[in-house]
Amino acid sequence: MLHEQELKTFVEGTTNFFEVTAQQPASIGSPYLMEGSPAVHEYTGVINISGKREGVVYFTASKAMLTVLLMKMQENDFSHETMRDLVGEVANTISGNARRDFGREFVISVPSVLSGEKPHIPQKPGMRSFIIPINWRSHSAKLIVALT
Amino acid sequence: MLNGNPTAMNGDAKRCFKLLIVDDSNIMRRRIERLQQFEDLQLVGTAGNGLEALELFKRTDPDVVTMDLTMPRMDGIECIGQLVALKPAVRILVISALADKATAVEAMERGANGFLEKPFTDRQLNEAIADLMR
Repeated sequence: MLHEQELKTFVEGTTNFFEVTAQQPASIGSPYLMEGSPAVHEYTGVINISGKREGVVYFTASKAMLTVLLMKMQENDFSHETMRDLVGEVANTISGNARRDFGREFVISVPSVLSGEKPHIPQKPGMRSFIIPINWRSHSAKLIVALT
Repeated sequence: MLNGNPTAMNGDAKRCFKLLIVDDSNIMRRRIERLQQFEDLQLVGTAGNGLEALELFKRTDPDVVTMDLTMPRMDGIECIGQLVALKPAVRILVISALADKATAVEAMERGANGFLEKPFTDRQLNEAIADLMR
């Protein structure tokens, strides 16, 4: 079961991503237990977790936020495909970094991306789902972590 | 100096090392491409997975490769082993989000020469590539 203390790994990973990639820190809100189906933004990057733990990690963000992030990365392609690429890469980076604490048995999939659709949150015995709010510049995003 | 097969360019005495970029993210490939500001590096190709990388490697014979690990079709660890079998002198920089030590050790044991963790700054990338070419 995912414990509150383990969420620190994901909070730190998210903080580090924005600090390093955008050279502008994000403000991370207090994680809270998810109930029901979460509201998502236009783009959601999905990483499936298997191995020692099972579940999913979602990073969901608006097109506006991703556009500014791309600008900070000196990218000049703002197409739908690039938005999908970025949101998947953010989810992949934060999930991959979590192996520092969870170890290599925390197996992450290649990213898949939802554009506007609601994500499916798997329900398994012992699984808990948390939402980590992210505020960066004037934009908000969420990291959703659902793990056994 | 790199232990590869440096290729003379434009007939002058300057030696140029051929670079292959492997990552399943277009954004990451373009970012690495933009940042490789070394006069002695020439980009010869980019690939989005290990199988594409193998094919391009055989066609372009690069001296230096940047390699993602989590990719579809063939992952980076498998690809590193195959590239090194084809050309033991190739220099490979792994650029991956996978932050556990065991993965870095396995990549090095397969033949990688360096490991840069995502996310990275421009400076970290340039330093990692410079280290690779020493």
